[in-house]
Amino acid sequence: MTTPLPELDMRQLDPPYDFPGYRSTALRAPRRPMLVLPPSPIDDAGPVFGERSVCPDDHDLTCHHDGEPQGQRITVEGRLIDTGGRAIGGQLIEIWQANAAGRYRHRIDTHPAPLDPNFTGYGRCLTDAEGRYRFVTIRPGAYPWGNHPNAWRPAHIHFSVFGRAFAQRLVTQMYFEDDPLFAHDPMVQSVASPEARAAMVAAFDLRLTEPERSLGYRFDVVVGGPATQGAGA
Amino acid sequence: MTPPVATPSQTIGPYLSIGVEPFEHPEVVPPATAGAFELSGRIFDGAGAPVPDAVVELWQADGNGRYVTTPAPDEVAPRWGRSLTDAGGNYRFVTVEPGPVALGSGEVQAPHAELIVFARGLLRPVRTRVYFPGDGDRRLEADPVLGALPEDRRRTLVAVAHGDELRFDVRLQGPDETVFFAC
Repeated sequence: MTTPLPELDMRQLDPPYDFPGYRSTALRAPRRPMLVLPPSPIDDAGPVFGERSVCPDDHDLTCHHDGEPQGQRITVEGRLIDTGGRAIGGQLIEIWQANAAGRYRHRIDTHPAPLDPNFTGYGRCLTDAEGRYRFVTIRPGAYPWGNHPNAWRPAHIHFSVFGRAFAQRLVTQMYFEDDPLFAHDPMVQSVASPEARAAMVAAFDLRLTEPERSLGYRFDVVVGGPATQGAGA
Repeated sequence: MTPPVATPSQTIGPYLSIGVEPFEHPEVVPPATAGAFELSGRIFDGAGAPVPDAVVELWQADGNGRYVTTPAPDEVAPRWGRSLTDAGGNYRFVTVEPGPVALGSGEVQAPHAELIVFARGLLRPVRTRVYFPGDGDRRLEADPVLGALPEDRRRTLVAVAHGDELRFDVRLQGPDETVFFAC
């Protein structure tokens, strides 16, 4: 065996893999250290999606059925950037969410809240050259889950983004300001740093609000640098 | 100006299929491509139970060992795939063997594909790689990443040939835990 690969300092991971407050991590969190790969061309490259990947209405979650969905109409817009502030243009963002009553259109969601025949809860878009994106949707509801007695997820929208490098792939959740459920939610609490937690919260912005139409929220998605840089190698 | 704070990872959750199934893309290359074969496997948790709600994403170099980042007009994303696991924890791709990619040091790696797995219970994804066996395993023995691993851990990264197909299982936890890389 040649020189062993450096091990990532797992204490720096935020969130960690193993977080007892979130029960499902018990059998799924790896127990061994993450190894740091030596520098290679993949540090500066990642999958890039073509124009064919999206249709013009894919960013609008409210227009794919006969009627309008129930709930508070909102827009969510922001930029996809890296921690150096550089825009990531032409990249794929996918979102999905519960409906206004806190119910997902999914066979395993048994929450006895109504499904909305006018809402599926999925959207996607490509960022523009400045990394900007915009979605039209409704504000999702909070919902109960089985993690612990009386467990409720704060309202959130799932975000999946691709960065410039393979290791910048990010799936996160966007929350809404001042949600009283934050303090009780192991997903939010799994992130120890208050600054990092704040980075998951969209900001209401009156300037993004469309008069007589929808409330506007701003949410920038910031992807980190590949772990190969500055760690060992 | 203070640099922007990286948005933390959160789990993809149990309802991931709403978000990622519309863009499921198991065909890394068109099945009619010369040399195309099936690469499939299962994801297991620490109790040895299959993970039925994971999504596996694959990216690999082209035949010349280059990562292509410019999609052709009729292409989704070059050499990229996404597969959702079924009730048995099975994922599946159709792909070809990639060319060898050189490290920054100039050392040449054996042909492999990069994998990222997301699932409920993973607050952040796991990154691993699947090596393609072949050439009497000589190229695996010469690979600088495999060579830097203890011998008993190397095999967790190498696919197993079954006829024309390759099989590669991922164990998130347990005595045979797959080698995972920082991402």
